[in-house]
Amino acid sequence: MRNPFVMDCGEFHVNYKQDMAIWKITRVRMRVFILLAVFAVFPMFASDYIIGLATLCGIAAIGAIGLNILTGFTGQISIGVGAFLGVGGYTSAILTAKLGLSFWIAMPTAGIVTAIVGGLFGLPSLRLKGLYLAIATLAAQVIILFVISRWDALTGGTAGMVLSRPELGSFVFYSERSYYYLMFVVLVITALFTLNLFRSRVGRAFIAVRDRDVAAEVMGIDLFKYKVLAFIVSSFFVGIAGALLGHYTMVVSPELYSITVSIEYLAIILVGGLGSVFGSIYGAVFITLLPVVLRSGVEMMSGVFPDLSAVLIGMKEVVFGLVIILFLIYEPQGLAKIWKNIKDYFKLWPFSY
Amino acid sequence: MTFFLQMLVTGIVVGSVYALVALGFVLIYKSSDAINFAQGEFLLIGTYVCLTLITAYNIPFIAALLIALMFSAVLGFVIERIVLRPFIGEPVISMIMATIGLSSVLAGIVHIIWGHETRVFPKIFSEQPVNLGEIVIAPVYLWSLLIVVMMLVIFTLFFKYSKLGIAMRATADDQQAAMSMGISVKMIFAVAWAIAAIVSAVGGILLGNINGVNASLSAIGLKVLPVAILGGLDSIPGAIIGGLIIGILESLTGGYLDPLVGGGLKEVMPFVILVFILMFKPYGLFGKKEIERV
Repeated sequence: MRNPFVMDCGEFHVNYKQDMAIWKITRVRMRVFILLAVFAVFPMFASDYIIGLATLCGIAAIGAIGLNILTGFTGQISIGVGAFLGVGGYTSAILTAKLGLSFWIAMPTAGIVTAIVGGLFGLPSLRLKGLYLAIATLAAQVIILFVISRWDALTGGTAGMVLSRPELGSFVFYSERSYYYLMFVVLVITALFTLNLFRSRVGRAFIAVRDRDVAAEVMGIDLFKYKVLAFIVSSFFVGIAGALLGHYTMVVSPELYSITVSIEYLAIILVGGLGSVFGSIYGAVFITLLPVVLRSGVEMMSGVFPDLSAVLIGMKEVVFGLVIILFLIYEPQGLAKIWKNIKDYFKLWPFSY
Repeated sequence: MTFFLQMLVTGIVVGSVYALVALGFVLIYKSSDAINFAQGEFLLIGTYVCLTLITAYNIPFIAALLIALMFSAVLGFVIERIVLRPFIGEPVISMIMATIGLSSVLAGIVHIIWGHETRVFPKIFSEQPVNLGEIVIAPVYLWSLLIVVMMLVIFTLFFKYSKLGIAMRATADDQQAAMSMGISVKMIFAVAWAIAAIVSAVGGILLGNINGVNASLSAIGLKVLPVAILGGLDSIPGAIIGGLIIGILESLTGGYLDPLVGGGLKEVMPFVILVFILMFKPYGLFGKKEIERV
C-alpha cells in the first residue's frame, strides 16, 4: 500500500507557474481545501461557546501574523503590539460611533491609521537594534496608552467606548456564527497575503534584514525603507485585528490593551514559531485556549483539591511563563516545527532512515 | 522655590533607588549580554520575604534584611543555573522572552503565596520629620538615600579592588580572554545574577518602607528599563546618573505637569525622555557603541 504521508512522489513540474505555487503538489492542495472546508462548515455543528472561542483564536491569529511579519520575518522585536491593537480598536470605535461611518470603511481605515502610527514608532529602528529597539517599542506602548486614556474628548478616557456589531445591508453580524465567518474571511485573506508577501522582493528583503542587516545593506537593500515598511505592514494587520476584536467584544477601554497583551502576542508567535504564518495560527489557538483549558482542569480537580480555584490567577501566570520557557529551551522554533517533525517522521515510517 | 526643592529631594531619593535596581540590570547585561525583565519580580520576592520574616516570625529588621538578601542571592544563583544558562549566546528575542516568562512564573508564585492586598511594613525608622532649611523630609527618605549611597560605594569598591570584582570586569570586557586567565565565566554569570537579586531586594525593601508592599511594586522593574537604557546598558556610572535623571524628572513632572493634565504623566515621562535620547544617542548616554562587521 502506498504510504499516505508521502506527498511529493511522482510530481513533476514542467513550467514556472507550477514551481512557484504556494502548495506545489495537487494532493497537498487538496488537503488545504479540505481543511478550509472543515473550518468553514464546523460552526454549523458547534455550540455558540465553542464558536466564540474559535473567533477569539482567529482574531488573535490575525494580529499574530501581523506581529510575525515584524518580529519573526524582519527580526525587529516589538513589545508594543497591545497598544497598536488599541489604536486599531479605538480608530474603528471613533469612526463608527462618533462619525457614523460604516464598519466596512472603519475597519480598513483602522488598519491604515495603525500602520501610520506603527511606522512613526518604527522610525527609530534604523539606528536602534535588539534590546534598545525593544525598549523603544515598550516606550511606544506606554505613550500610546497614556494618550488613549487621557484624551477624554476623543476616546472617552478610562471609561472606554461602546461599539456596535457590523452591518451589511439589513443583515447585522449579531450571532456568534456570523461573526466567525467575518473573522474567517479576514484571516484567510491575511494568511494568503502574508504567504505571498514572502515570495516577493519585499518579503525576501525583510528576511535578508532579519538574517544580517549590515549584509543586507551591502547587497543593496535600503535598510531604513524596509525596516519602516515592516513596521507599517505589520501594524496594518494588528490594527485590523484590533478593529475586529473591538467590534466583537463591543467595548474598547485602555486596560484591554496593556503590556500583558503585548507579551501574550509575543508568546503566541514564539510558541507558534517565529517566521511562520501557520505557526502564528497554531500559537494563537494554543495561547488563547491555555487559560480556558486550565480553568476547566481546575474545575474538574476542585473535588480533590478544593483550594485550587483560589490560586487560579496565580497558576495561570505560572503556567503561561513555564510554557514560554519550556518552548524556548526544548523547541525554539515552536509548534510549526513540531508539526513538521511529525510529518517528517511519518514520511519515512516505519523505517526512520 | 520650597516646592521645587521638596520635589528635587524626593526625586533624588526615588532616583537613587532606581539607580540601585538599574545597577542589577547593568551587571547582568555586562556579564552575560542578557536583559532581565524579571528584575521587578526579584524585587517583589525579596521584599515579601523580608516582610514575612518581620511580621510572621518577629525577627528584628536587620536580621530579616540579611536573611532576605541571602535568600535573594540563592534565588539569583538558582534561576541563572536553571533558566538562563541554556540561553547564553541565543538571539535577543529568546533572551527577552525567557526572562519575560520567568517574570510571569515568579509573579504567579507571589500571587499564590502572598495574595493581592497591600501590606505595610512595620515602622522601622522614626516618623519625626527632619527639617533641612525650608524643606521637610521624612527620615525614611534620608535612610533610603544613605543606604543606597552606601551600597553604591560598596559595589564600586568591590569592582575596583576585590578579586571577584576584577574577574567580573574582565569577563565583561572579553569572555574568552577571561577564560584563558582561569576565570570561571559561568561562576561570574551566577554571581552577577545573585548581586542583581540582592540590589533589587534592597531597592524593594526601601520602596516598600516608603509606599507599602503589593504586587504593583514589580512595575519598578519596567520603570528601571528606561533608566538602564538611558545611561547605556553596559555602563555602571550610566545606571547611577540615569537613575537620578529619571527620578528627578519624574518627581518634577509629578509636581508641576500632572496637575495640568490630570495625573499619570509622571509614569510616562521616563519613556518620552528615553525615546528622545535614543534618537540622538542610540546606545544611551554612556553605552559602548557596537561596531559591526559583516
